[in-house]
Amino acid sequence: MDLPLDSISQLCAAQQRGEVTARQIVDEVLVRIEKSQPSIGAYLHVAHDVARHQADAVDQKRRAGKPLGPLAGIPVALKDVLCTQDMPTTCASRMLEGYIAPYDATIVKRLRAADAVIVGKVNMDEFAMGGSTENSAYQKTANPWDISRTPGGSSGGSAAAVACGTVPLALGSDTGGSIRQPAAFCGISGLKPTYGRVSRYGLVAFASSLDQIGPLGYEVNDLAVALNAIAGHDSRDATSLDRPVEDWTAACSTSIAGWRIGLIREQLDSDGLDPDVRASVIAAARELEAAGGRLVDVHLPNARHWVPTYYVVAPCEASSNLARYDGAHLGRRVDRAVDDPGRCAGEGGSRSSRGRLTDMYCDSRRAGFGVEVRRRILLGTYALSAGYYDAYYLKSLQVRRLIADDFAAAFTQADILLGPTTPSPAFRLGEKIDDPLAMYLADLFTVGANLAGIPALSIPGPAAGNGLPIGVQLQARPLAEDKLFAVGATLQRQTDWHRRRPPALASAGTAPHVRGV
Amino acid sequence: MDFTTVVGLEVHVQLRTETKLFCRCRTVFGAPPNTLTCPTCLGLPGALPVINQRAIELGMRAGLALNCVIPPLTKWDRKQYFYPDLPKGYQISQFDQPLAADGWLEFTDPSGEGGSLRIGIVRAHLEEDAGKSMHDERSGQADTRIDLNRAGTPLLEIVTRPDLRSPAAAKAFLTELKLLLQYLDVSDCNMQEGSLRVDANVNLHVSAGDRLIETPIVEIKNMNSFRAVERALEYEVGRQYEHWRQFGGTRQDTAKQTRGWDDQAERTYPQREKEESSDYRYFPDPDLPAVRIEEAAIEAARSALGELPAAVRRRLETQYGLKPYDADVLVNQGPAAIGYLESVIELSGDPRRASAWLQQDVARAIREHQRSWQDPPLSSQTLGELLRRVSDGALDNNRARDVYQFLIEQGGGIAHAISSLGITTVDENAVEQLCHQVLAQNPQVIEDVRGGNQKAISALVGQAKRLNPNVNPGRFRQLCLDLIAAGWQPD
Repeated sequence: MDLPLDSISQLCAAQQRGEVTARQIVDEVLVRIEKSQPSIGAYLHVAHDVARHQADAVDQKRRAGKPLGPLAGIPVALKDVLCTQDMPTTCASRMLEGYIAPYDATIVKRLRAADAVIVGKVNMDEFAMGGSTENSAYQKTANPWDISRTPGGSSGGSAAAVACGTVPLALGSDTGGSIRQPAAFCGISGLKPTYGRVSRYGLVAFASSLDQIGPLGYEVNDLAVALNAIAGHDSRDATSLDRPVEDWTAACSTSIAGWRIGLIREQLDSDGLDPDVRASVIAAARELEAAGGRLVDVHLPNARHWVPTYYVVAPCEASSNLARYDGAHLGRRVDRAVDDPGRCAGEGGSRSSRGRLTDMYCDSRRAGFGVEVRRRILLGTYALSAGYYDAYYLKSLQVRRLIADDFAAAFTQADILLGPTTPSPAFRLGEKIDDPLAMYLADLFTVGANLAGIPALSIPGPAAGNGLPIGVQLQARPLAEDKLFAVGATLQRQTDWHRRRPPALASAGTAPHVRGV
Repeated sequence: MDFTTVVGLEVHVQLRTETKLFCRCRTVFGAPPNTLTCPTCLGLPGALPVINQRAIELGMRAGLALNCVIPPLTKWDRKQYFYPDLPKGYQISQFDQPLAADGWLEFTDPSGEGGSLRIGIVRAHLEEDAGKSMHDERSGQADTRIDLNRAGTPLLEIVTRPDLRSPAAAKAFLTELKLLLQYLDVSDCNMQEGSLRVDANVNLHVSAGDRLIETPIVEIKNMNSFRAVERALEYEVGRQYEHWRQFGGTRQDTAKQTRGWDDQAERTYPQREKEESSDYRYFPDPDLPAVRIEEAAIEAARSALGELPAAVRRRLETQYGLKPYDADVLVNQGPAAIGYLESVIELSGDPRRASAWLQQDVARAIREHQRSWQDPPLSSQTLGELLRRVSDGALDNNRARDVYQFLIEQGGGIAHAISSLGITTVDENAVEQLCHQVLAQNPQVIEDVRGGNQKAISALVGQAKRLNPNVNPGRFRQLCLDLIAAGWQPD
């Protein structure tokens, strides 16, 4: 069956015309997932029964003439950091192996209410910490464009699942670029909404003041459909914004004539920027000019402080958020006195001077967390310790304010900021995994939006010379997602950059829907 | 011994909210373990806290009654430590911007010198309670079970300045604080159920020649009554003084120690420190926005405080003419007792009799029948009517007691009780008959009265009551005296 599994709007239309049922769609999705798993490995859990059941329910509603939600019959993959009560939520960590949450995240509820069909949970860096999905405790995920390369991270499974044609929509989370960077590496579009736009209730926390859930898909218009369904105030999240949900699909057809497009000089002139990436951004700028936009140069003078600030704030919050995985209430428990009583004779069953309880905490956390998670917990614990708090955490909060002020100033000169999403296209699996600093620098252009809480969109630009996808990043002032959609949709109307599909899949015959490259 | 005792208190009070501080679970005591929980108070991944506005209102009310400043902005911080009864690995509390600060509480000096003491309040802040660890040793192998029903319950932590100078003053402070919080309806302050918990910090300032030496500070925990606080402090003062005499040691060179109070053995003992308790790594909770408190809200809360114990004491004295001692005893019974009192006064028109009855008969009946002022054995309406009959002279006080007992035990109305008890009004002729009868048997008493000892007549009242329980003793006494004065002679 040749289904347009890369487009929400086409799948909706096909169902409305009666050409295909939700059940037929999900059956095809399950086949494609199975085919993709050996080479791509995007999925950690495939919810065959739940998905088929949901699809049947949608078909039944349609047959009965009942009103259907905006995502009726649309297959969706969820990053395994979003709580679901009918599927495991592991955060790609041994710590939560087999964990099934007793509740659905707010966005999961909203997806279900919109009649979406959740087909499974996808791979990620453990607890969303990383930029290559290699920190998953379970499996590697490959980039569908070149399986020797990473799909990016931490929402690498979400991006790969869309790119390889298994679903038209995936949900990810973005703390420092974790939606946009994998979207860029996998040649798709990804949105990090304004902080507070989408409820975090049920998103397993990494860094609470930075985390935000967002959609990934090929078409900007599809992201707008998804955001319509998941955004909006939630009384269970005190940081969610009580602002009305606009119709962002309407924003996709807004003209950008006369808009000021700000080119971020610090990024375009950066030494570390790959020439192909620079060329891609410039090409996007020319297109926007052609659409009536006016190019202006803007400066974000504190941009060089983004990564250092981020790597204080995020680990501090993470060290606290991950304290709950202690083996007592949550997570796997390692207790020498029970697991290995012979070697632990003596008072309280402890081998060490710390006592049995502390041994249990240490052993459980060492066994449950991978090396990158442990590294960030240590960083954050150190930075919050007595005597260091002022020099690190407090200072980072002050710098964070300056960073937000930079953006506010830039948005007096420009309606939208344009720049690269990443310094280079997808790197190779294994290339940076032993060099955490190099990996952290992959966030160079994305963390600013998280620190300032502004919305940001990565969409495909012209590809690199070697055919690898490149993402260009659009950023807008808080709550101005409508501007991102207008500019993003303009580019996608004028170009076919987002229509390219991974060649490997095309030759493997898993029916990618290729339309003019 | 030339030293001053220096005591500061940390009081944790459970606020009377319907639901927990950051989720909608209920806060009732005694439910089966782990039944009052949800993803938020269990600390499950992805769950988030949302502030319970009611807790802020109650905390603000307590802060204002403690004469504290309520700042325009208050925020939430995470206090981080690992412990099995703390599911998130941190407690949401308030570190550097508490809900209330810089107040004081005034109360009568318990030394009996008639003055009052004013104790400074450093701060009062909101925080969530932890769960409860239950150590089960029955199975031979030590086993600990965790009940998280209490986790997330709102607490107000009230910290005093080290202004208290004696164990008795500490007890008096706590008594007044508890009373205040009960009048505010902020907490039920039930120590048995853990809704009021006290930690005491104590050390000594010893005069040694021209120097003042501060002994190391000791924090005492595990005290389950105000009396226990007083006794623990008394013990600790003696222990610290002896320790200082033998070993020296000052606050400057010795770390703060935590000791528990053993109520049975009547002594304090060293407690194991919490793991790495020295550094809680406080930082602002990113899940909770700071709370802005408008000036208008503060003023509204201030004007809604109601009448506080000190004001009630004054009013009982001025409005009803009660003695300071009686007013104090009544106010200390709590706001429900005052409501009961005022209702009885209104119906009986007799404040002093109402006061005496509440302090004696009603208080005793509440004890004996295990009731409370909220749920007294007899309604204030019925008691008020009963006492009005006494004040009107229709019933004497002792017979009213019989009626009171009857009503509590049998129920029914006053009239029914009176007729059941065979209480009738004795007419003047019958009283006079009785006087003649009793006087005839007591010539000595008549002589004593004629000799100027009017009180001698009291000896006859008991005899008269035995002959006729319904006779009004006052009437009887007066008639006897009248007869004697008129030159009564036996027939």
